[in-house]
Amino acid sequence: MGDIAIRARHVSKIFGQSRVLDDVEFELRRGEVLCLAGENGCGKSTLIKIINGVYTPEAGVEFSFGDETLSAISPIEARSRGIHVIWQDLALFPHLTVAENIVFDDYVAKPWRPISSKEALTQSLEIIQQFGLDLDPMARVEDLSIAHRQLVAICRVLRAGASIIFMDEPTASLTYKEVQTLLGITRSLAAKGISIVLVSHRLVEVLEVCQRVTVLRNGKLVGTYPTEGMTQARLSTLMTGLELEFTPRAETHKGAPVLELKNLSREGEFENISFTLHRGEILGLTGLLGAGRTEIAHTIFGMTQPTSGQLLKEGQPLTLRSNRDAVRHRIAYLSEDRLNLGLVQNQSINMNTAVTVLPKLEKPRFFLSPQRIKALTAHWIEQLKTKVSDAELAVSSLSGGNQQRIALAKWLATEPEVLILDCPTIGVDVGAKAGIFDIIRNLADQGMAIILISDEAGEIWMNADRALVLREGRIYSEVTPAETTEEALEAIINA
Amino acid sequence: MNKRLNKQPSTARLRLGGDTIEVIAMTALLIGSIGLFSLLAPGFLTATNFGSMSMQLPELGLLSLAMLLPIISGGLNLSVTFTANITGLMTAWLVQGLLAGMGILSVPMAIIAGLAVGAAAGFLIGVIVAYVGAHPILVSLGAMIFLQGVGEFLTRGGGISGMPEVFQTIGSGSFLGIPIPMLIFLAAAAGLMYIMHFTRTGFSIYMLGSNPRATEYSGVNVKRVLITVYTISGILAGLAGMVMLARFNSVRVGHGESYLLITVLACFLAGANPFGGFGRVLPLVLGLMSLQVIASGMNLMGASQHLATAVWGAFLIIVMALRMPFIKQS
Repeated sequence: MGDIAIRARHVSKIFGQSRVLDDVEFELRRGEVLCLAGENGCGKSTLIKIINGVYTPEAGVEFSFGDETLSAISPIEARSRGIHVIWQDLALFPHLTVAENIVFDDYVAKPWRPISSKEALTQSLEIIQQFGLDLDPMARVEDLSIAHRQLVAICRVLRAGASIIFMDEPTASLTYKEVQTLLGITRSLAAKGISIVLVSHRLVEVLEVCQRVTVLRNGKLVGTYPTEGMTQARLSTLMTGLELEFTPRAETHKGAPVLELKNLSREGEFENISFTLHRGEILGLTGLLGAGRTEIAHTIFGMTQPTSGQLLKEGQPLTLRSNRDAVRHRIAYLSEDRLNLGLVQNQSINMNTAVTVLPKLEKPRFFLSPQRIKALTAHWIEQLKTKVSDAELAVSSLSGGNQQRIALAKWLATEPEVLILDCPTIGVDVGAKAGIFDIIRNLADQGMAIILISDEAGEIWMNADRALVLREGRIYSEVTPAETTEEALEAIINA
Repeated sequence: MNKRLNKQPSTARLRLGGDTIEVIAMTALLIGSIGLFSLLAPGFLTATNFGSMSMQLPELGLLSLAMLLPIISGGLNLSVTFTANITGLMTAWLVQGLLAGMGILSVPMAIIAGLAVGAAAGFLIGVIVAYVGAHPILVSLGAMIFLQGVGEFLTRGGGISGMPEVFQTIGSGSFLGIPIPMLIFLAAAAGLMYIMHFTRTGFSIYMLGSNPRATEYSGVNVKRVLITVYTISGILAGLAGMVMLARFNSVRVGHGESYLLITVLACFLAGANPFGGFGRVLPLVLGLMSLQVIASGMNLMGASQHLATAVWGAFLIIVMALRMPFIKQS
């Protein structure tokens, strides 16, 4: 403890016209668990990639490893100094065994010297036992749970001689128990002198295991703080720079019921989902990844058909054969995958806004007026305060937050009564998030019924009137944020 | 905001900022090639030459239009030339056989029936592409070989000739000094331009060409649009078949086969994106005219027709290379 494992100073990176990192300093001690915290787009990944040698930072940077100071790091240099990154996708070979995955780097280093499976087995067992892990070296990686795959990835970098390990969102798709196990392992690695950087947005866990936390915001270093005495609220403020009001949405005038699900099921996806959605209400739909949130939304939006149960709109049974039926019944769905499903990235802002209302715009029949399309887009750009220099440009030219506003605009143009928002803040900058939620709250105040899907307990807690927590395709619990705390909601989601 | 929008030119600049550049580039190309050959080729700047150029252009032109739509939608229609042959065959048979006794009425009826066959061929390709989800290259390649086989089987490899006089009027006549095939081509191009810019079908074709799934998520009936794309393509190929039938007074399976890849070339030359989503009718028309000018000009200079084909290829590569910096910029 106390020794510096790596210190990087004056780290800056410019992509095109945006300064992604601005004179950041980063310091990691030997044998510590450090948290790298910050909202989406704050520059965390860029910083990791620079330290890992993937990106070349702007001139003036200084890397020091205690004894030596370098002005650049190549990927090979990073490897030789024991710097390894475990990305969220783990980069394992699913068809190979655990042992083969662990010794994989030997294949790469010495391709002319094949490793026998026996050799792979003994060598990987050595690592597994050294750290007391629960892993079967003969198992195929594709048969393992995400948590176990993570252990394989850890063994692989340990085998390659890692002394500094960056872990990118390691807890994102784990159950509560698995998270505890993983955090236990990171502690024992640290005790053996290995330095670990956890990148995570789950503040509770992070505060538990980390000694220090380094906070980035909009590409700038906010500071590095000891976790002792740090609260979640303070950390959030440091990350966002906003004194966000940490209060649930004030109990609003819930209107008449609009949408009702009665024992809705779809085989293999979700079972017996029943709830009623009212006008003016924001209903939170949360749960871990794969709990069935998006699947339920797809069915309400007519993209998939239920195998049993009923969907009612204003008391009338609803049969949706496609999402066009849903749009006709004034149901709209904002996809979580803005890049591939939400917007047609290469096409113009104008076209992306108008695509949902073509039948309405084509009047008279067979005359779609370019002027009307422009007027529609201009209207929504103004309504949602979107920063657009030229609506003829491809929608991909906009920032995440502004793209999301266009994605919202295209659905608001359909004048929906039920609006399903699937993770509406994914890939949206810190400041823009609050703006998006302002819009959403306003819509609800005007009487729109909103289903808000999110895996961030904080988002649900602050915006939803009611939250349904899903697990394995079933409703596990119903929570009223106003009657509970954010921590309690988080615990229920992860229980 | 409104003020700023009003300042924009009100012409159909809706699709893409680079569109205007494409049109200017293709116009420059056309003027440049006309200028070059007026200097080099004796007899280039004569009414006879322009007449013969506008006689030759429509076949390739209509086939290229038939190719453009599938390319914008992110696919390809390799069956355009054989669809043209089959529609020509259908019309020729009807005129000479079934409808022979009906006098003057037989010609329009046979033409409509022929075009219907073209539409049906395109419709089938569209249905398979939309519902089976197979790649359009495979589907239309299959359709191409199927149509070729059926056509050769029915004609036993021979041709049908000897059309009524009305056909020769269509093939070699002119109206207001413009050859009738050229008028058909220009009308088809204008119609297509309208569809692409002022209907939701055209709008949807551009969107789905860039990303079919996101377009479907937006509530567009992607399957129906795809079927429309290939049906229109089939009808345009059918029109090409009619023009060929009228001009040569005969029809033979395999006629115009060599045009197939040139239609693809013409579309890319005019800035259509090989991955779909972008491409316009006007640059294509201008680009086709340039290709015709090069071919005719070289012919007048006594060069072999094959050399002209080689120049077309070289030309495409040069235009692509010149275009790259613009693409990278945007």
